[in-house]
Amino acid sequence: MISIRKVSKHYGSFQVLTDCSTDVQKGEVIVVCGPSGSGKSTLIKCVNGLEPFQQGEILVNGISVGDPKTNLSKLRAHVGMVFQNFELFPHMSVTDNLAIAQIKVLGRGREEAVDRGLKLLDRVGLLAQADKFPGQLSGGQQQRVAIARALAMDPICMLFDEPTSALDPEMVNEVLDVMVGLALGGMTMMVVTHEMGFARRVAHRVIFMDQGRIVEDAPKEAFFGTPRSERAQQFLSKILHH
Amino acid sequence: MYEFDWSSIPGALPFLWAGMKTTLEITALAVAVGIVWGTLLAIMRMSGIRLLSWFAAGYVNLFRSIPLVMVLLWFFLIVPALMESVFSIPRTSDTRLASAMVAFALFEAAYYAEIIRAGIQSVHKGQMGAALALGMSYGQAMRLVVLPQAFRNMVPLLLTQGIILFQDTSLVYVSSLADFFGAAYKVGDRDGRLVELLLFAGAVYFLICFSASLLVKRFQKKVIA
Repeated sequence: MISIRKVSKHYGSFQVLTDCSTDVQKGEVIVVCGPSGSGKSTLIKCVNGLEPFQQGEILVNGISVGDPKTNLSKLRAHVGMVFQNFELFPHMSVTDNLAIAQIKVLGRGREEAVDRGLKLLDRVGLLAQADKFPGQLSGGQQQRVAIARALAMDPICMLFDEPTSALDPEMVNEVLDVMVGLALGGMTMMVVTHEMGFARRVAHRVIFMDQGRIVEDAPKEAFFGTPRSERAQQFLSKILHH
Repeated sequence: MYEFDWSSIPGALPFLWAGMKTTLEITALAVAVGIVWGTLLAIMRMSGIRLLSWFAAGYVNLFRSIPLVMVLLWFFLIVPALMESVFSIPRTSDTRLASAMVAFALFEAAYYAEIIRAGIQSVHKGQMGAALALGMSYGQAMRLVVLPQAFRNMVPLLLTQGIILFQDTSLVYVSSLADFFGAAYKVGDRDGRLVELLLFAGAVYFLICFSASLLVKRFQKKVIA
């Protein structure tokens, strides 16, 4: 589904990603973790072309993201993305947030788009908030709407960029529950997160990044059991012991 | 001691009102065109295409570095010739209003471009990313997501600029076009009551601009709240 081949990226002389390679199969859930500044968010944003990269190749469903001839908009329409800061459109109601891209990008009729949006809003447990504006919702609710908005585009895979990092602790679980539901439903997911509980529950593989490199890429049992690299061991002991 | 005599004003009201209509026409058109053209300039200036951003930067810097009166005079001289050669409208017809409108619109666009550029930059960058991630084109993302938020933040500034423009339109007196100020001047000149007429005109400008800026302030509070 997603194939990342020797991807490198630099801002000027600063190397952000070095030689990153991995594959995500259909239905697989991959958790990407690592210290801040390790390039994990950058890597996930390269997958849908929000961040350009200079070397290597990324294929999504066989389509090359870096190829200038690729219609990136068309590709992105079917790759859902959820952001750290939700990024709902504050000047639109929840319903319009859910419908706008379906109408303008997929060419669906308004009625169909709203219908589909509300179904997904119900699935994330927020049907009652349909007419509210993002500013009237809590962070956790906003992020659930953002997930529903991405799902409304019928994505072939979902990218999550630290979806719970900006949330108050008591709201983290309501978002993770939605994500667990998605994972158990067979959605292909690439998730940048520090929520190791989520990784233990539903991830198939865990990727550990440090200084722009993929240091460890292992099935979750192996990763949590006996991480090979010292850097990953240190990282795990730090985030698991408090 | 100067003795005020206001008696020439009541009879001149229809003429003054016609002048005010000219003033309002110029203001409205310059604001409308200025915002549209200014938006395009702002987008060009922020675009990655060098030629466009250079053009927009050059345009903005040029108009912001030249006195408005000179721009007006240029257009009074150039526009009639242009109309003659392009639309074959004879030079004898009165093109002063048209040239004033063009001059103000182009001049104001430079100021609006800077306001709008700041407004676009005030929108959180992730909004563009989110719109693109949903498959929108750059144009759709701008039009549907970024600009509506930018304009909401900018409304008070845009209106304030409109009020300044409303006052600046009085500069069309250089072409002896009868806008409100020009009309007041003409009446005062005719009746030998220039002091009264200019005081009256000043009071009217003050009333309109002051109440407009009060409205803007009120609106601003509402936007922030």
